[in-house]
Amino acid sequence: MKALLKSPWVFHLSTGSCNNCDIEILDCLTPRFDIERFGMLLVGSARHADVLLVTGIMTRQSAPAAKRVYEQMAKPCVVVAIGSCSLGQGIFKGSYNAPIPVDEVLPVDAYIPGCPPKPEAMIAGVVKLIQKLQGAK
Amino acid sequence: MAEKRRTIIPIGPYHPLQEEPEFYKLFVEGERIVDIDVRIGYNHRGIEKLAESKHYDQIVYLIERICGICSTSHPIAYVQAVEDIMGDIEIPERALYIRSIIGELERVHSHLLWLGLAGHFLGYNTVFMWAWKYREPVLDIFEVISGNRNHYAMLKPGGVRRDIDDDAIPGIIKILDDLIPVLDMFKGAVLDDPVLAARLKGVGILSKKDIVEYSALGPVARASGIEIDVRKDEPYAAYDRVKWNVITQQEGDVFAKAVVRILETYESISIIKQCLQKMPKGPIDAELKDIPPGEGIGHHEAPRGETFHYVRSDGTNSPVRHKVRAPTFMNFPTFKASVIGERVADATIILAAIDPCYCCTERMSVIDRKSGKQLLAGEQLIKLSQERTKEIARKMGRS
Repeated sequence: MKALLKSPWVFHLSTGSCNNCDIEILDCLTPRFDIERFGMLLVGSARHADVLLVTGIMTRQSAPAAKRVYEQMAKPCVVVAIGSCSLGQGIFKGSYNAPIPVDEVLPVDAYIPGCPPKPEAMIAGVVKLIQKLQGAK
Repeated sequence: MAEKRRTIIPIGPYHPLQEEPEFYKLFVEGERIVDIDVRIGYNHRGIEKLAESKHYDQIVYLIERICGICSTSHPIAYVQAVEDIMGDIEIPERALYIRSIIGELERVHSHLLWLGLAGHFLGYNTVFMWAWKYREPVLDIFEVISGNRNHYAMLKPGGVRRDIDDDAIPGIIKILDDLIPVLDMFKGAVLDDPVLAARLKGVGILSKKDIVEYSALGPVARASGIEIDVRKDEPYAAYDRVKWNVITQQEGDVFAKAVVRILETYESISIIKQCLQKMPKGPIDAELKDIPPGEGIGHHEAPRGETFHYVRSDGTNSPVRHKVRAPTFMNFPTFKASVIGERVADATIILAAIDPCYCCTERMSVIDRKSGKQLLAGEQLIKLSQERTKEIARKMGRS
């Protein structure tokens, strides 16, 4: 777990988002915020990732695919839900295609609220999670 | 003669190529793509149905979340549809100008975003980083005006929700002025770079005929020489009160699409500056009466093409039908014309060239899944694309 926290690699999974949380995640990587300074890297495959960032409501069609992506990840790993939609379905609550919230499909470890959360909020959320995990060992 | 062996290359649904889940199947013979199949629906959220259960004012927030990148295009089209139902309502001048300003700011940020992603697919990660770096000040403008970097919540039927502070205007104009040399740099980097020209010219060509047959819209159509732009063809907001040009290119390849987007950004900046200077003082919203039974349409030239909304009212608080047609829905099928016959390495940039936005486009459909044998994983495909750029650079002695 210690090795995982030194340089967490993240994989980004959109399960039915409006794209906004996704571009804000990408924003974290670009020069203004640049989380690569801390060894965080967005990777192209869930198999290489330590942290799974989930955005958006869990749509009917996405749920099985999201589950498979989670199963592909090397354990131990961390799941972070980003944005109002993945926290409590947000404005899409009651939609026929959003049967269950994200945290009933995946074991979510941290929630970052906002629509969309600012890059600063995302960074703060991940830092808090890392500190908590370090305390727990 | 034995039939040639076809290989299926699946891309997606979760794939680093795009931020959103979608599923392409490329059918290839050797290096050449012979057919393409697209499966979407991973992002379908039932927004049209949800809209029927919300009030007219609430729907603005809902449809803003159709798409995060064009998050003001849908509201502009929607409020116009509602105002169309009401008929005789008069929108204050100032509100019209603010609508245009927000619409154009969005185009600036969206085109820079596309430029960055296109650079990434081609292996020019510097372009990606720089385009996104210079996109940040535009988001700062949004934060000054609306309080949020994305999802501005500026629109409402009858006007806009927030005014632009007079004190903020010099700052906004300065940020926009600073953007011009940046765009000059990008223009120079794209137009004069021989490697990019060799890589993108003549790739993924859409002829005028293709555009008409597929009813493609926006920059995709304009890059093929078709002058189509709702802002000019049927002006709304303040677009008929300022001077600007519709940008067109004749070639229809990926290069032309990039050029159209870069040049359009200049036009957008000019529109915003003119609007900020010409904007009259006054109220920003009109008082609304009850919405009568009837139907209305509204449209807006989103960064990707025309967004079209149709709303039918029965005189109650919620619409009985709300129909959304996003630009990607029309531009999507052009893949059939542009990708087939091209090399696998070029597929990523051709698919990206229409600036697809799936969260706008998702439609409900029942699909049958047949799995193809996976030969190339997603990252390898991007790598292939980046290697092809390097190969061209090497041939030209520029590596």
